[in-house]
Amino acid sequence: MSDGKKLKIALTGKPNSGKSSLFNQLTGLNQKIGNFPGVTVDKRTGQTSLTENTTAEILDLPGIYSLYPRSLDEKIVAEVFADKKGIYFPDKVVLVADATNLKNCMLLLTQLIDLGLPVVLALNMIDLAAKSGLSIDIKKLSALLEIPVVMINARNGHGISELKNVLASPLKPSQKKIFPISDEVKPIVTAVRNHFALSSDYEAFQYLQQPDSFIFLSKGDKDFIQQVASQHQFFPAKYQGAETILRYEFIQSILNKVILKAAGHEWKRVSIQIDKVLTHKIFGYIIFFGILFLIFQSIFALAQIPMDAIDNGFASFSQYLSHLLPSGPLFELIAQGIIPGIGGILIFIPQIAILFAFISILEETGYMARAVFLMDKIMRKFGLSGKSVVPLMSGWACAIPAIMATRTIENWKDRLITIFVTPFMSCSARLPVFTILVALIIPDTKLFGFFGFQGLVLMGLYLLGFLAAILSAWAMKFIINAKERSYLIMEMPTYRMPKWSNVGYTIVEKTKAFVFEAGKVILAVSIILWVLASYGPVDEMNQARAVVQQESANLRLTEDGFEDRVAAYKLEHSYAGKIGKVMEPVIKPLGYDWKFGIALLTSFAAREVFVGTIATIYSIGSSDDPTTIKSKLASEINPETGGPRFTVPVGLSLLIFYTFAMQCISTLAIVKRETKSWRWPLIQLAYMTGLAYISALIVYQTLA
Amino acid sequence: MARGQKSVADMVPGETGIISGFSDDQLSSKLLEMGFLPGAAVRFNFTAPFGDPICVSIAGFDLSLRVDEASMISILN
Repeated sequence: MSDGKKLKIALTGKPNSGKSSLFNQLTGLNQKIGNFPGVTVDKRTGQTSLTENTTAEILDLPGIYSLYPRSLDEKIVAEVFADKKGIYFPDKVVLVADATNLKNCMLLLTQLIDLGLPVVLALNMIDLAAKSGLSIDIKKLSALLEIPVVMINARNGHGISELKNVLASPLKPSQKKIFPISDEVKPIVTAVRNHFALSSDYEAFQYLQQPDSFIFLSKGDKDFIQQVASQHQFFPAKYQGAETILRYEFIQSILNKVILKAAGHEWKRVSIQIDKVLTHKIFGYIIFFGILFLIFQSIFALAQIPMDAIDNGFASFSQYLSHLLPSGPLFELIAQGIIPGIGGILIFIPQIAILFAFISILEETGYMARAVFLMDKIMRKFGLSGKSVVPLMSGWACAIPAIMATRTIENWKDRLITIFVTPFMSCSARLPVFTILVALIIPDTKLFGFFGFQGLVLMGLYLLGFLAAILSAWAMKFIINAKERSYLIMEMPTYRMPKWSNVGYTIVEKTKAFVFEAGKVILAVSIILWVLASYGPVDEMNQARAVVQQESANLRLTEDGFEDRVAAYKLEHSYAGKIGKVMEPVIKPLGYDWKFGIALLTSFAAREVFVGTIATIYSIGSSDDPTTIKSKLASEINPETGGPRFTVPVGLSLLIFYTFAMQCISTLAIVKRETKSWRWPLIQLAYMTGLAYISALIVYQTLA
Repeated sequence: MARGQKSVADMVPGETGIISGFSDDQLSSKLLEMGFLPGAAVRFNFTAPFGDPICVSIAGFDLSLRVDEASMISILN
């Protein structure tokens, strides 16, 4: 705009209406994910240019059917539209509607019109509507509602430029009053409207209906509303159903006038046939588990090549730098602390990208709703809901977005249990630990010449984490009291091909979030760790040479061998070594020595640091050896037995420990934020780590 | 639920019924928003493998419902 203020445009509409596709079409890669202040709801914003000199900021809101929220995610929508002074209050609103399902999309539209918001109706999926035989009189619809109506196809970009033109030109709110405030409530509504100086009756009605949904209202404001409501005996529930029925009557009268030809059912036939197979008693589950199996095999097999390349690349780069740079603490920090630290972050990208590609494809095609549908009955037996499936599956990528995804679960008990058990799902941060250890202790042979043994063991570990999750959920079902009833009223979208660019955006978005959010912690820990492992009390470090010389006087060591011994001595006497030794008595029964102690400790910052830690510890011992992490571990000797350090019992004990233990500070922080107290994260920490210790103890003591 | 009052949960796959009302106030506002309006036709499509939840169509819109929820939606006999 000419005054330099950017136009703010909000996208809203029901779930599955193609809002994300439109958002991606408008903003391309100019998008970023943030948080609404005070709440942890994702805020997706992006820039778009409407005309040559008009840019707009687009805000993508969570999918919602009406202004009355059922979940935390939905609350933010009511909040954004009702808070006219808020920083997110939009200048214009685009209501994205699924043209094949106009009736359900119009409920929210009529509410926005009553709030006096300048709305544009974007009729999406016009290709499907045409296919179904549906014919709508757009001009009449626009005239009846007194708002612009634009036909778009957000998947191929059809109609986007027209939508941009409409948004760039001045837009007046519709003057229609759809929901009449009855005489009975009029005095109360007027009282609230005058008190807050609101511009519409419906806004005042919303204040009366759901003051608790609006964070922007102060305690005094809410008390006032409460007082007015009780004075006039206004009960929100009484009026909400009546409002919906009235609105649908209006919507039906409009649709009767604008629908020239109703949709047939023929176009859904393929989708119905697919459902017969995918929700079949037997095939349904076979396919569901088949898909999960495919995901793991892909993560293991496909990600391996780029991961090895990154691992090797950073190993040789670090090596190259050590030779190139002059010696000195700063250069050593760069070559041995920072560079391997960055490598330790980048190595996750292939796995995260592959996992989110699958999750995104399942959502895009409409299969995710079927997974919820198939699993609901079973999940309920364990105190969860079908909707827990998506957070739990996302937990395989990272517990942080997964726990945030539980906000779609309306029921508090279902949600709390899902949050509590999600960290048992093996996240991608465990994957590098698993990958390294599995590759070390499990032979790379194939069962029936097809299923890799290593892949099977990996899948077993994921299954173990999943079992821990659902069994813990089952136990919690009896411990926690339900406050409200849970329900599963969910749209089953028509199957369709995924839009690949949406899949691409999801991958980029999630990977970026990981690299910049989790990456910071990982890099910081890598550096701290390197310092701890490189420095110790000055006296002890200085006499390293003398002590080793004395000890090995009769051994006739080569120069390299001598240097290795000095380095090992130094590590043992460094601060990290000292901490590890303090831990050793506790972890010895699990088969671990003090070096593992260091790794376990740093893992509490983030699990994946285990690999980096081990790499750092062993690279200090042999800085001239240009080998990869795996071969370093394989050649490590246990001084007590003289055999390899990573025996099968030790490896399995570690794998079990990492499967169960709560070792992620970021997850604990997010659980605190989502449950609003330290109680649940602390219980989680104690429970999961306790279970990990006992299980690893049993495994090691049985096998060793 | 009144005796003899048929609900969506009593329907069989492929059957269509007309909604007459709700036997639960708490759920009714949510159901209304999703388009379960008195007088509207609801079609029972299919059930999940263990008979619960079920998939129904209302005004060309496919939804899942748990049997508990479906039993709250009364239909004309």
